[in-house]
Amino acid sequence: MYGALWRILPGPVWLRIILLLVLIVAAVYALFTWVFPWVDAQLNPINVTVEE
Amino acid sequence: MSESLPDGRRARRAAEEAPRTRPKPRVSVVGVLGELLLTAGVLILLFLGWQLWWNDAIMAGQQSQAASALSDDWAAQDRGARGDTPPPAPEDAGEPVVDTTEYANAEPFAVMYVPRFDTPGTHDSVRNIAEGYGLDVLNSFELGVGHYPGTQMPGEVGNFAIAAHRSAYGGGMHEIEQLQLGDAIYIQTKDGWYTYRFRDFEYVTPATTEVLSPVPHHPELQPTDRIITLTSCNPLYSTDERIIAYGVLESWQPGAANPPAEIASVVAEWGD
Repeated sequence: MYGALWRILPGPVWLRIILLLVLIVAAVYALFTWVFPWVDAQLNPINVTVEE
Repeated sequence: MSESLPDGRRARRAAEEAPRTRPKPRVSVVGVLGELLLTAGVLILLFLGWQLWWNDAIMAGQQSQAASALSDDWAAQDRGARGDTPPPAPEDAGEPVVDTTEYANAEPFAVMYVPRFDTPGTHDSVRNIAEGYGLDVLNSFELGVGHYPGTQMPGEVGNFAIAAHRSAYGGGMHEIEQLQLGDAIYIQTKDGWYTYRFRDFEYVTPATTEVLSPVPHHPELQPTDRIITLTSCNPLYSTDERIIAYGVLESWQPGAANPPAEIASVVAEWGD
């Protein structure tokens, strides 16, 4: 899976590493901005109150 | 077998070229499954990091900023109303003014400031207190602290009970366990400043609503003290129990007076 990704990336090793870092940053940004807030809304809320 | 140099070189080159010429490695089910599981693990850790630190820090900053803005609005109104007359001495304030307005759900009516909750070197503990304790208040980017409807208001005889997150969503009471006897809990409303002093902790089950009674644990008694009750979850990063912090009203001063001495400089900063 990730081996295939590494082979698909063009260029020498240093360029592939840079491209990989860019991809990782983009993925984390998408997760933090859209995915995680959505997941958080689906999860059970964290209760902090006292109630019956 | 005699190895000449060119032969050795050729052998090395052959070894280097071997990976390139070799056919594509077979994709095995176990291999892909392993990578998927690793990815899932990383995603879960990332989510926890997002929830407990990244999003928490962003929400804390925004909640603090929103509360500072509201606090500053009130302070500016009071300064405007006072004009050039010197501020009255706090000791002449008399009985605390109690706001009897019926606030709608999620409507902010007070600002909480607990210096003990500040990250050292900052003043990031200030939070809006809004009516109600639903997620629309506790998980809000502008609010964060909720007032239990039906409990008393700031300064009122009885129990002014509020709730906030311990961790995540801005963690309005993240440092609650660090409170020490006599620590100040400042509540600002449109009417003025209420100074409560922390008295003691209690650890209860989530269903122990008796802590919200005008006299905690004694719903049958008539209150005589003006107390504040902070509730949050316990232990940290768990919701199994609730941590309760009680405080007693020490003093009150109208908005026209200067803010309490301990936070006067901070309140002045908010105006900038």
